[in-house]
Amino acid sequence: MKNKFIIKINEKWCKGCNLCIEFCPKNVLELKDAKAKVVSPEDCIGCYICEYRCPDFAIEVNKVEEEVPVGSEKTNKR
Amino acid sequence: MKTELAKKYLRLEKLPTLWCSGCGHGLILSSLLRALYLLNIEKDKVAMVSGIGCSGRTPGYVDVHTLHTTHGRAIPFATGIKLMKPEFYVLAVMGDGDCAAIGGNHFIHAARRNIDITAIVYNNGIYGMTGGQVSPTTPYGAYASTAPYGQLEEPFDIVELALGAGATFVARSSIDEIPKLDRLIADGIKHKGFSVIDVITICPITFGRRNKLGEDPMMNLRWVQDITVPMKKAKDMSKEELKGKWITGIFRDEDKPNLIDLYLELNKKLKHSMVDESSKEGVEDVRRQDET
Ligand code: SF4
Ligand code: SF4
Ligand code: SF4
Repeated sequence: MKNKFIIKINEKWCKGCNLCIEFCPKNVLELKDAKAKVVSPEDCIGCYICEYRCPDFAIEVNKVEEEVPVGSEKTNKR
Repeated sequence: MKTELAKKYLRLEKLPTLWCSGCGHGLILSSLLRALYLLNIEKDKVAMVSGIGCSGRTPGYVDVHTLHTTHGRAIPFATGIKLMKPEFYVLAVMGDGDCAAIGGNHFIHAARRNIDITAIVYNNGIYGMTGGQVSPTTPYGAYASTAPYGQLEEPFDIVELALGAGATFVARSSIDEIPKLDRLIADGIKHKGFSVIDVITICPITFGRRNKLGEDPMMNLRWVQDITVPMKKAKDMSKEELKGKWITGIFRDEDKPNLIDLYLELNKKLKHSMVDESSKEGVEDVRRQDET
């Protein structure tokens, strides 16, 4: 199953430098009103490049832990 | 996730930083904080010292023991801290002017004496805060407010300077080599002895604007990509091709006695011999000696 990621932008700290947007390999981000905005979170591959390229600690990517239903194959294996 | 790791060491209430949009200093800071995380160092075991300039603001944002000192004097203050608190990891963060101009003498002598501190140079080749004057690392031909027709002097090579002066860990990287830079800084911090990490960075506002790169951080970053060459690649390049380029990588990593350890050992030895003497001559004499 495809991993999901939540991307958070701290607008108070973002200075709209454009670096995360330039480096994101999947064009997940865009610059709007001088701030980075998430436009297509479903395309995010969780490479964390945007976090490494941000000079202002303003972008955070976190993997969404999928809830596995009790009794499914996965939980039984553990 | 990576940001979260760095945030552990930040004084969150002090952010956003005062640095301009896209300034490379924030990239070095975040790399440095991840290096502390990689080494799993407790906050109260780190002291960070800076001089004056845009780089000088760094300690203000970091939740460790911090000191913002006078121009070019990060290293002497760091040396003092290390002598009093040898168990601390002591970091001196400096700009290129700070390190190689007004602090140049401190820099070479700390290298010669192999003082166990880590010097991180935010090398953007300009005095950013004071209006874009030439610094000792401004590239030949680059424009600055004090070089309106282009810089006529050759820049200092901070790595060569450190090597020549005897530093025992010497490396160069750039803000384009993140996250490799995290590891490099961690190696420098771990190293026992004087460590120098020269980080090529950007000042879009006072350097970029004057040098046809504009204020766009991406254009400035491309310029960094253009002027840096990894050591491996540089091996196959001619001297001509390497002109005006900064080679990145680890240039030296060697074990050698460092002054702090030598001094503390000597101290211990002398104290012991004093105690031995005192058992012969009587405690009173030693007391008198101590007072003089
Ligand atoms: S993690 Fe990678 S793909 Fe996702 S937004 Fe950041 S740079 Fe783009
Ligand atoms: S890199 Fe950081 S500061 Fe720059 S636009 Fe992206 S989130 Fe904002
Ligand atoms: S003047 Fe230059 S070095 Fe100083 S904060 Fe602005 S971009 Fe950074």
